[in-house]
Amino acid sequence: MKRRAIRHEPLFFERNPDRLRRQGFQLPPLDVPAVDPDSVLPGAALRDQIADYPDITEMEVVQHFHRLSQLNYAVDEGLYPLGSCTMKYNPRLNEQTARLVGLAAAHPLQPVEQVQGSLRLIWELEQALMAITGMAGVTLQPAAGAHGELAGILMIRKALETRGDAREEVLVPDSAHGTNPATAAFAGYRAVEVASGPDGTVDMEALDRLMTDHVAAIMLTVPNTLGVFEHHIVEISKLVHDRGGLIYLDGANLNAFAGRALPGLMGADAMHINLHKTFATPHGGGGPGAGPVVVSETLLPHLPVPRVVKIGDRFTLVENDDASIGAMRGFYGNFLILVRALTYIRGLGSDGLREMSDVAVLYANLVRHRLAGAYNLPYDSPTLHEVVFDDARQTINDVHNTDIAKRLLDYGFHPPTMSFPLIVHGALMIEPAESVSPDEVEAFCDAMLAIAKEAEENPELVRSAPHDTPVSRVDEVRAARKLKVRWTADNSS
Amino acid sequence: MHPWIGAGDDDRRRILTELGLDSIDELFESIPPEVCIDRLPMADGRDENAVRSELVSMALDNLSPECVPSFLGAGVYRHVQPSVVDAVLSRAEFFTSYTPYQPEISQGTLQVIFEFQTLMCQLTGMEVSNASLYDGATAMVEAVLFAHRLKRGKLDRVVLAETVHPMYRRVLATYADPAGLDVVVVPPGDDGRVSTDALREAAGDNLSCCIAIQSPNFLGIIEDLPSVADTAHSTGALAVQVVTEGVSLGLLAGGGEHGFDVVCGEAQSFGIAPGYGGPHLGFFTCREKNLRQMPGRLAGETIDDNGQRAFCLTLSTREQHIRRAKATSNICTNQGLMALAATIWLESIGGYGLRELATACLSRTEDLKRRIIDSGGPWQIAYPSSPTFNEFLLTGPGAGVELARRLADEGVLAGVAAHRWGGSWPDGLLVAVTEQNTAGDMEAFIDALGGIS
Repeated sequence: MKRRAIRHEPLFFERNPDRLRRQGFQLPPLDVPAVDPDSVLPGAALRDQIADYPDITEMEVVQHFHRLSQLNYAVDEGLYPLGSCTMKYNPRLNEQTARLVGLAAAHPLQPVEQVQGSLRLIWELEQALMAITGMAGVTLQPAAGAHGELAGILMIRKALETRGDAREEVLVPDSAHGTNPATAAFAGYRAVEVASGPDGTVDMEALDRLMTDHVAAIMLTVPNTLGVFEHHIVEISKLVHDRGGLIYLDGANLNAFAGRALPGLMGADAMHINLHKTFATPHGGGGPGAGPVVVSETLLPHLPVPRVVKIGDRFTLVENDDASIGAMRGFYGNFLILVRALTYIRGLGSDGLREMSDVAVLYANLVRHRLAGAYNLPYDSPTLHEVVFDDARQTINDVHNTDIAKRLLDYGFHPPTMSFPLIVHGALMIEPAESVSPDEVEAFCDAMLAIAKEAEENPELVRSAPHDTPVSRVDEVRAARKLKVRWTADNSS
Repeated sequence: MHPWIGAGDDDRRRILTELGLDSIDELFESIPPEVCIDRLPMADGRDENAVRSELVSMALDNLSPECVPSFLGAGVYRHVQPSVVDAVLSRAEFFTSYTPYQPEISQGTLQVIFEFQTLMCQLTGMEVSNASLYDGATAMVEAVLFAHRLKRGKLDRVVLAETVHPMYRRVLATYADPAGLDVVVVPPGDDGRVSTDALREAAGDNLSCCIAIQSPNFLGIIEDLPSVADTAHSTGALAVQVVTEGVSLGLLAGGGEHGFDVVCGEAQSFGIAPGYGGPHLGFFTCREKNLRQMPGRLAGETIDDNGQRAFCLTLSTREQHIRRAKATSNICTNQGLMALAATIWLESIGGYGLRELATACLSRTEDLKRRIIDSGGPWQIAYPSSPTFNEFLLTGPGAGVELARRLADEGVLAGVAAHRWGGSWPDGLLVAVTEQNTAGDMEAFIDALGGIS
């Protein structure tokens, strides 16, 4: 992090202690009679002036956030190889189109004849996502991947109930992202874990044993969180379908095969797509995302409402449908995120989307090749867009994956994902994504190799990292023990 | 080669050579051939200008409320938009970063979340706030599920005022079924406010996990918060306040000051574009004693190895990536950038500024009501003696959908049809007035009404 000046920015609430009133915005002049709130509102409902809430100028606001921004790492600064999160370049064209006033200012409750542009955009993105996945239908409503998972599982639940075959369990491989079991539980199912076989994919014998008539669905990630494609996918689908269950695919890793394979051919009944992963909408420091769900013919009647329908060359909304699971959120989804995704899909098109997956997979395999001599590879199956190492060779010197991660910060890179898959202890899950240059990928590999060497020759240097960041290693245990989750005047530091 | 893809043909050949491969296809051999395709059934990529043109043509197909007098609200409002909000959130350090799991290089995002949490507590009068949720509707759902957990899953009844935004109620219905919740909806009394007697009767004694109301409610009317909180607690239920117009908190005390257990809802009013419905910003605040059941991410203060103040995500043991099937919620991604927008907006407006802004909304709303009454037409303000903040129900000939359409023909987006999702109130238009509606807009509104009388 050598490029950055280290400084601390006071909290907004800590400035202006004498409470000088400044002005950070302007109102239109009051060209109607001023009303005294006491004269029209019940006194008990009114509040006092909020204490400790300063008023500052426009430039003070800009400086405050500018300084804060300089304490952040970002995709635009360098490789951000968080496995499964797909941190790729966010094209600036997407940002432009999402700010077109006709789209950004549209009110969601305008009559449909006033918002034909918005409805057309939704419809066009729906067509594109169905084409990319080979599925029969789609909803763009869910606000994020986990929200899409829930929509998908609720549709599965509805389909089985409609069939008169309500079931109680959902199978989830032990390699799955944490949202999968959480979603199954949230949807009223018991999550049952399926063990992985020695190659990191679903153990077919275990599946055969667990796939009873109590099982509503299996939630599979393709490729899974190890980056390994479930090569039994067609057999799995057949087995589950034959026994009355349905197939939920977690599409978090669609960027590994878009343009080369179709979930529709894999037997999927539902799959969510993280637009903020495969389709380059910004991660925004933790959202907003968007988690459209594509579905098979089986689930088509159960898609959430409202739905956009095309009649001739006009578009309208269907608000009610008894077969639907209902609404997943307000309005029609994170619309301005949908604008960005459609922009990206139009820019890349059929040829570009395939290239995207090709280069993502090529880079991940370059990383695997370069680092295989220095880091342990717990599963040696072929991998696609990401690769999972562990810290087994470094723990000999009492250096752990978290230490390696913190040391990477000193080299100017964001660390890989470490919190999962749970089947790998001390995981380092690396996903370069396709948008950086090969030079950047190689520089990252060099940093990883240098750290592996440091772990042997000077392990304390790695254990005490980071050494060159705006703050040194942060005490996360203390944060949880001595909870302080807002600023207060009497307890300021 | 496409500009958004990092490796050209030469790069790819060089890497393939290093990997000992002849073709990139070899890397995909683990995918069974029967699920593979040669190409996607869609057009090839297009250049930036061509893509921009297509999107511009869609944008031009919308009638923009920016260009005509607009009184559309019902949960989505147009307020002052300082240009610094978009300028700051366009900084790549904010919008291209991810969830701040690595605090050493994410202090910017983490401090923003900490400031956001503090601001939301100040506004609602609550003790703790999370880092955001998807939107107002899902925030209310999370509040209900939170109450259900706090009552150990034993009280399955949920009492909901009918004057909670109908769309929010609809989303709750989707979640309620799998959660085994029984939702009882209580219609408003003759004054458009919820009746505490009706709430008490619906809640029963120790049967309901929460009573949820919205204030200002869907009809714009301010509820009597202290009596609702008392009623909820007397039945053994938690009291939940939903807020869909955050600016109201500039003038009205939040439920935290009136004994509520949760104040949650939609913070789109704080500098976030209507955006045809999203992304918006759900918020969730509650009492500190219930923090461990709160859904969503949370930033906390701590120190680094040198004893300097630092921030990090905390209590993640509640979340799905640790607790998996036992998590408080399945939420992973939330609305980080929107929480940043709200923080920039709230800090630009300031404490006195927010009060001034809210008072301007009130003044302009009262002005439009008075003009409608003075116009002498067949128009009525429903529930005329009930206090409103910046929205009210207008009734008269043509009632809802038809009236909205005829006024749109006259060039005014006059409001949202109150029966869009049904309701036990009279049909009509929900008319929202903000500080952006000038006297000229009011005149246009009255002229348009006159034009169709």
